[in-house]
Amino acid sequence: MGEKLLMKGNEVIAEAAIRAGCRHYFGYPITPQTEIAHYFAKKMPEVGGTFIQAESEIAAINMVYGAAGAGARVMTSSSSPGISLKQEGISYASGAELPAVIVNIVRCGPGLGGILPAQCDYFQAVKGGGHGDYKMVVLAPCSVQELYELTVEAFNIADKYRILAMIMGDGILGQMMETVEFRDKEEIYEADKSSWATVGTRMERDHNVITSIYIDPEVLERHNQKLQAKYRLIEENEVRCEVYNCEDADVIVAAFGTVARIVKNVIKMAAKEGIKVGLIRPITLWPFPVKVFEKYAEVPKAFLSVELNAGQMVEDVRLSVNGKRPVYFHGRMGGMIPTQQEILDKIKEILK
Amino acid sequence: MAVVFKRPHALRDVPMHYCPGCTHGIVHRLIAEVIDELGIEGKTIGVSPVGCTYNNYEYFNCDMQQAAHGRAPAVSTGIKRVHPDNVVFTYQGDGDLAAIGTAEIVHAAARGEKITTIFINNAIYGMTSGQMAPTTLLNQVTTTTPYGRKPELHGFPIKVCELLSTLDGAAFIERVSMHNIKNILNAKKAIKKAFQVQMANKGFSLVEVLSSCPTNWGLSPEKALKWIEEKMIPVYPLGNFKGKDLEV
Repeated sequence: MGEKLLMKGNEVIAEAAIRAGCRHYFGYPITPQTEIAHYFAKKMPEVGGTFIQAESEIAAINMVYGAAGAGARVMTSSSSPGISLKQEGISYASGAELPAVIVNIVRCGPGLGGILPAQCDYFQAVKGGGHGDYKMVVLAPCSVQELYELTVEAFNIADKYRILAMIMGDGILGQMMETVEFRDKEEIYEADKSSWATVGTRMERDHNVITSIYIDPEVLERHNQKLQAKYRLIEENEVRCEVYNCEDADVIVAAFGTVARIVKNVIKMAAKEGIKVGLIRPITLWPFPVKVFEKYAEVPKAFLSVELNAGQMVEDVRLSVNGKRPVYFHGRMGGMIPTQQEILDKIKEILK
Repeated sequence: MAVVFKRPHALRDVPMHYCPGCTHGIVHRLIAEVIDELGIEGKTIGVSPVGCTYNNYEYFNCDMQQAAHGRAPAVSTGIKRVHPDNVVFTYQGDGDLAAIGTAEIVHAAARGEKITTIFINNAIYGMTSGQMAPTTLLNQVTTTTPYGRKPELHGFPIKVCELLSTLDGAAFIERVSMHNIKNILNAKKAIKKAFQVQMANKGFSLVEVLSSCPTNWGLSPEKALKWIEEKMIPVYPLGNFKGKDLEV
């Protein structure tokens, strides 16, 4: 490892993107992620890249579409209401199999909601917020260090599979300063984009076309089957998950992102009272670590999903545990964060 | 035997799907001729819209992207910023450009994006079967203005060239028409100039083409051309709005 710095989460995302070879960023300001744009606005000219403050999130995601279709590593970022606006472009880019990275520093909703941390866009991210049968790889970091590593990873996964990859964090992560240790050199997946990227034919080949429309139903079904086959491959290859203290746990807590860090403290508190609590922390929200939950399904007395929403990931936990153990839920909304004590109380209530 | 007429190289050898009497095909040909004459097919990237020409990526030999409804100027911005030495054009209808995509075209022009937009104004939505367009004339009957477009209910036609030519980033803006040979030849000159303005890095360029839609206007092809001349041109005067004397 190389340089070690104290940096803000949002700035680390932008720095990581540049280190991953991203030279094109298009975005529209929205709290609590705008430092990403500030960082790019300052740094892109230094590295010969492009920063555009678009007229809207809709325009920004379509600039991403154009740039990705033209073969570039490209990124946009926003927060919940802005990500809703991007859904049209996300669906089109998914249909056209364009690789790009989208960051959602989630804030609480619905509507304009508030600017405080939340995880209420889980469904939108993993179940398809736009129209049609498509998937994005969704990565949920829990520290500034992981923001860096997973942002680099997101670009590689996007290019490897021609898919959109989303980094999903929240305002805690985006605004928090932590130490981050950068590698001297990134491992970049070098994709051969020559068969599809629109860079000009140079009169040397047939034209390349980027499109998501297939009017012939048989052709469109085949296109969908191809997409689905790709998604199955990603489910096979790209699941990332942290398993902590689960071997003989009384209760296994499922939590992602910043909530998982709170849960780790709860695990220490519980241990002092003789309660064994484990943690399964999905790092990829899609593909969901189904097999990990299957493996531990009969270990604890019960599962508890703790989230900053009304109960979203809990549905995937239930599907994965598949009735082998009860799955409980504890969540806070509106930007409220659960205390360690309230989570511990919930665990005790379950074990009663 | 001398060849007196042939397909431009930039136009693919495939049948087009347009209705009889529709002038989209002629505009496609003019663009292709200009691409050939400028020798830029190998470095041109076109962006198709949503509407009757959603699949015109099948008709051009250059690389193409298909954009969501109204978003072609944003998609083109992304392409052009990645490949500033390439030539990028959008082909958009009146619903695409002047309704759902108003923000994208205004801001692409305001940024002075070095792209060229060919804007087809036929005063109606063709693909979705004849609804009111932002450019529908007052009193014009459409499937969503069955009693005619009334200003108190439906507002007024949007004059895109007049609107965009107020923006400093717009370098070349011209309105042309497809209603007769003379005007078709003029249209080609304007399209060529618009591409040259882009290649000279002067800024955003747009050519508005008054076009016919016999099917949805309920007119024969011949009467449709007359309708452009008699009804549309008085509302949408032809001519250059900006950049006439630009050196390219």
